[in-house]
Amino acid sequence: MANQMELKDALVELIRRASTHLPPDQMAALRRAADSEPKESMAQQTFEMMIANAEAAATSSTPTCQDTGTLLFYVDYGPEFRQRELREAIEAAAREATRRSYLRPNAVDSRSGKNSGDNTGIGAPYIHFEEEEKPGLRVRLMLKGGGSENVGRQYTVPDSEIGAGRDLDGVRKCIIDAVFKAQGYGCAPGIIGVGIGGDRMSSFLASKESLFRKVDDTNPDPELAKLEEQLTAECNTLGIGPMGFGGSTSVLGVKLNFRHRVPASFFVSISYMCWANRKATLLYRNGTAEFEQ
Amino acid sequence: MAKKIHLPAGEDAIRSLHCGDIVEISGVMVTGRDNVHKYLIENDDEMAHRLLKDTFIYHCGPVVKQNDKGEWSFVAAGPTTSIREEPYQGKVFERYGLRAAIGKGGMGPKTLAACEQLGAVYLHAIGGLAVLLARSVKRVLDVHWLEEFGTPEAMWVIEVEDFPAIVTMDSHGKSLHAEILEKSRAQYEMLLKK
Repeated sequence: MANQMELKDALVELIRRASTHLPPDQMAALRRAADSEPKESMAQQTFEMMIANAEAAATSSTPTCQDTGTLLFYVDYGPEFRQRELREAIEAAAREATRRSYLRPNAVDSRSGKNSGDNTGIGAPYIHFEEEEKPGLRVRLMLKGGGSENVGRQYTVPDSEIGAGRDLDGVRKCIIDAVFKAQGYGCAPGIIGVGIGGDRMSSFLASKESLFRKVDDTNPDPELAKLEEQLTAECNTLGIGPMGFGGSTSVLGVKLNFRHRVPASFFVSISYMCWANRKATLLYRNGTAEFEQ
Repeated sequence: MAKKIHLPAGEDAIRSLHCGDIVEISGVMVTGRDNVHKYLIENDDEMAHRLLKDTFIYHCGPVVKQNDKGEWSFVAAGPTTSIREEPYQGKVFERYGLRAAIGKGGMGPKTLAACEQLGAVYLHAIGGLAVLLARSVKRVLDVHWLEEFGTPEAMWVIEVEDFPAIVTMDSHGKSLHAEILEKSRAQYEMLLKK
């Protein structure tokens, strides 16, 4: 459904949707997970509570999780837009969304420890810009909680400790290691975004970007698709389960993304997305806003 | 069937809890996370002694709302990751007479030892269950250090009713988290060798 809206208002609505509504693919994945656990088990009951909570959040338009996370905006903009104006609109929207309690104030000055109170600050919100030739604007928003971000990792292969070499099997070992070490801390079951190659920075960027994919989609590269499927199955034999209570669903998916790298470096960067996998997209053109999840 | 806990709770009530028990908590407790724990260790705070004796501390940084009369309420209030408080938790239990920490992810051997020695437990609330848990917070009675620490890090004094949680570390030396870790380790080592 398309609506005439000011850009700032459309961005506030984007934030509201991301914070209060889990995407349909994520809800479906939680439902499948609940149904796959034994009846009355702690795992099954935990999944049922997660689903009930997500439904309550959507109905009451309140945040699915109190940690409304780091605001990560990926913006593709046409020639009629200017980066500086887009940044101002996003910052204004973040302030407004915080005032309306769609967001917790989550921007803390790393020197003084002082919270800015409105989700803006140096480098906050984070905005990644890409210029496009065609007119219009696409804004993808991910709310990335701190607990899951803390269990992310970056490996430099070869890594002798886990026996990971410079090939896809080495990548596989890094992912198994990261999921094992994360246990329930990142609010399992997670979706594992992986950046293969690149430099340290672009590698993490690739891992985050892969988390915009649908939970149940298939990688267009057949070799990576096969590895994603294998890794999801292997991680689920670890028995970590929802919140680390034990169970047969420890991850909901593994998403692989790669970058070219310099010959000397081979990074494997892992971003862990919690079960409250909050994302939304705004398509904006000629003052008309459309939302997708 | 959930066991009901009414706060304040003495040592006997806490010692009767075991790993895997589902509990529903009612009464007055406080929130506290990284800044509060650090503060409580670095200071011997008189007000905190009165507030924390025989009650629980909830590792939570809520989304809050304030009405026209200045009264606060919790909008979203799930647990935060507890392991960050591992260096402090046992000492905070001991100094202030707390009976439980509520959070997510579990805690380590220091906290488990303190639980056994002092008669305390670790309770797991489900992470991300923000809306359902906020609904069991009936009233916000007070807030401390809001200006200094900010909304998520302040110490909120709250009255809860039938707040659901699971005992995952008891006062008898048992930790569900340690068990799951050990079980998953064998499988992990097998997968790395493959």
